[in-house]
Amino acid sequence: MFISKLSRLGAQASKALSKAPLTIPSRRSFFPIVQNDSLDASSRKLFSTTTSQEENEDKQKISVTFFDKDGEQEIKVPIGMSMLEAAHENDIELEGACEGSLACSTSHVIVMDVEQYNKLEDPTDEENDMLDLAFGLTETYRLGCQVIAKPELDGLRLALPAATRNFVVEGYKPKPH
Amino acid sequence: MPSYISKCAGPPPLVFFSSASIVPSFLPFRFSCNTLCCWCHSFRPSLPSVSTSPTPPPLSKCAAPPPLSDSSSAADHVVQRHHRRSTLSLHSAMSIFGGMIARKFSSATTRSLHVCVVGSGPAGFYTAEKMLKAHKGAEVDIIDRLPTPFGLVRSGVAPDHPETKIVINQFSRVAHNERCSFFGNVTLGSSISLSELRQIYHVVVLAYGAESDRVLGIPGEELKGVHSAREFVWWYNGHPDFSNLTPDLKSTDTAIVLGQGNVALDVARILLRSPKELSTTDIANHALTALSESSIRKVYLVGRRGPVQAACTAKELREILAIKDLYVNIKEADLVKTSSDEEEMKNNRIRKRVFELLSKASTSRSPSQSSGQRELHFTFFRKPDKFLESYDKSGYVDGVHFEKTTLKENDSGNQIAIGTGEYEDIKCGLVLKSIGYKSIPIDGLPFDQSKGVVPNIKGRVISSSNGGENEDGLYVCGWLKRGPTGIIATNLYDAEETVASISEDIEKKEVTSQKAGREGLVHLLENKKIKFVTFGDWEKIDFEEKKVGSLKGKPREKLATWNDLLEVTTK
Repeated sequence: MFISKLSRLGAQASKALSKAPLTIPSRRSFFPIVQNDSLDASSRKLFSTTTSQEENEDKQKISVTFFDKDGEQEIKVPIGMSMLEAAHENDIELEGACEGSLACSTSHVIVMDVEQYNKLEDPTDEENDMLDLAFGLTETYRLGCQVIAKPELDGLRLALPAATRNFVVEGYKPKPH
Repeated sequence: MPSYISKCAGPPPLVFFSSASIVPSFLPFRFSCNTLCCWCHSFRPSLPSVSTSPTPPPLSKCAAPPPLSDSSSAADHVVQRHHRRSTLSLHSAMSIFGGMIARKFSSATTRSLHVCVVGSGPAGFYTAEKMLKAHKGAEVDIIDRLPTPFGLVRSGVAPDHPETKIVINQFSRVAHNERCSFFGNVTLGSSISLSELRQIYHVVVLAYGAESDRVLGIPGEELKGVHSAREFVWWYNGHPDFSNLTPDLKSTDTAIVLGQGNVALDVARILLRSPKELSTTDIANHALTALSESSIRKVYLVGRRGPVQAACTAKELREILAIKDLYVNIKEADLVKTSSDEEEMKNNRIRKRVFELLSKASTSRSPSQSSGQRELHFTFFRKPDKFLESYDKSGYVDGVHFEKTTLKENDSGNQIAIGTGEYEDIKCGLVLKSIGYKSIPIDGLPFDQSKGVVPNIKGRVISSSNGGENEDGLYVCGWLKRGPTGIIATNLYDAEETVASISEDIEKKEVTSQKAGREGLVHLLENKKIKFVTFGDWEKIDFEEKKVGSLKGKPREKLATWNDLLEVTTK
C-alpha cells in the first residue's frame, strides 16, 4: 500500500511539475546545437563505403557563428539556406518581420570580417533600399534573409545589431553613422 | 473540500501539532493538514510580500493526496494517519526538490506583473512581446479602440504592399501567448479612463499613435475636396471610421498631393495605378469602385523644398517610377545641387539614392502625347499659400495658390524654405495634404502641444504638474512617444528602450502592490456593458474577410463598417 501511495505521490508530483511554469534562467546560454541532419549523416557514415561521399556530406553544411550581447553561438547551416532561416531554426533571436520578402530591414546582420563580406554577392537594389533603413547602418551590413550559405562562406562570423548597440564586438569597429 | 492554508514561510516541520491536541509522536515526523500544505507549499508562492490571491490555488496542486477528513473548514487541522508512514528521507528529498521548484515557480507566479498596452499597432505589439520575454510573470493586456488589431499595419500600409503586412504573423503569435490578451472595441477615454487603467495595472504603456493631422492653417483648408492623406488612406484601406468619406474622383482630372514623403507617394500611386492591378489587392471595395470610375489622370507631388530634401525613400520612389504607361515629369532645373545640398547628402545613403533616382527619371522619359496617359509631376520649391475656391461650385476647391521658395540655412544648419514673393497657381479638383500626422491628447495625460507628443524620457512619461517628476507606472512607445516618423521596424528599437526603462523601474522599486489586472478590466468593462472583442473574435473577422476575398481573387475583402465588424464577432 505504501508503494502505491508513493507512486501516486510521484505521479501527482510530476503532474504538478509539468503544470508549473518552470522558468529556465532568463539569460540565455549558448550551446552548440547539433543538427539532426548531421546525426543522420554520421550514422550514414557508418555504412558508407566511399570517402568522397563523406566529403560531400561535410560540404553540405558550413559553420556560421552568431555573436550577440550574451555571447556567441556556432551553428551548422546547410548550403542554400538563408542566415535568417538558419538563425530561427537554432533559436537565435534574429528579427524577421517580413519573413524574408525584402520588405523590411529587421534581419540585418553585421559581417564581421571584411574578406567574408567581399565574398558575398553584391546586394540588389531592393536589398540596398532596405539596408538604407537599417538602424545603425555600417559598411558591412547585409540582410540576414539575403545571405545564403555557400561553401566559400565556411567560418562566417555574423554579429546581431543588438550586440553593437551597447557593447563592443571584439575586433569590430563600428563606423560613424 | 480540501482545506487550504494560505501562509507558510517556514520549512516543513518534523513534528506538527493539530489544533485539537498535542499529538505525541514516536515517529520521525507526522503530517497534519498544515504540514501537508507546508510541504506541498513548496509548490506555491511563499514570499511574505505576496498577499493572499483572490483565488487560492487548490490543494490538488499539492503532491499529497487530499485529507481524509471531509470537515471542510480551512482551520481544521486533521492529522493524516497515512503520512505517519512516510520516511524521513522521502521528506528531505521532496523538500529539497520542492524548494527547487519553489524558486522557479515563485519567480513565475508571485511577480504577477499586470501590464496594459494601449494600442495594438507595431509599437503596442513590440512592447508586449518584449515585456512578455523580459518578465516571465508578466500578464500583458493590449487594448485598442477598433475591433481589429494591428493599427496602421492594417489601415495604413498600402494595399499593393502585402509583404509589409507579413509582420502581422509575428504579432499574432504574441497575441496567442497565454499571458497576453487582446481587448478590441475598448477606447481609452470613453470605455475606460487613464486613471482607472492605472488603478488596475502596475504598468500602463500608451502606444496609441497619431490619429490626427498637422494643419497648414491657410485659407480655404475647409473647402470640399481638400482631405488629409491620412483620411484618404484610411478610406481605401477600409477603416470603419472613413468608409463614408466618398472623395469625389469624378469631377476632375487633376489631384494635388502636398508633401513628398512615403504616404504622399502611396496616395499618388493608388490614384495612378490601373484599377485592374488594384482589384487583386486587399483594397476596400468602395474605394476600388470609386477608383474604377475615377477621372483623375494627373497627380502633382508638391514639396516646399528640393529633391535633396524629399522625404520619400528609394523603394517607394522606384516603385512609382516603374508604373506602366506613366509619364513622369521632373524639371531638370530643379535638380541643380548647391554645396549645402551636397553636404546634406554626404553621409546620407537614402538622400543620395533618392536624388539619383529622381535625376534618372528626369532625363529618361520623353513626353508622350497619347491622351488618357496618366501623368505624375514632381513639383519642387512650392509652398501652398491658399486654396482657391471654384466659381461654379461654391464651397469646392479648384486649385492651389503656391508661393515659389528658395532654400536658406537656418541657425541649426538645416535648409529651410523661404518664400520669394513669386506665385503660381495649379488647378485641381482634389487636394490631399500629406504633411504629417499628429497625436491626440487625452484627459489626465501630460502633452506637448507644439511637438504633438507626450513628454517623456526614454519612454517614462514626465508629469507636467509634478515639477518634471516621472509619472509612476506610465510609459509611452511609438509615435505618441517620438512623433509620427519612421517605419514599422523603428518601433522595435523604440519598444526596447521603453521596456528597458520599465524593467529598470521595476527592479528599483519591487512590485508589491496587488493589482486587479485582466480580471479588473473585464469586470469594469462588463459593468459598463462594453462588448469587448477578443483575439479569437478578430480571428472570426479575419476568416470571414479572407473567405469573401478568395471568391473575388483578393487576399481579403475588408469589412469596412463598425456594424459589419461587430456583427461577425457575435457569430
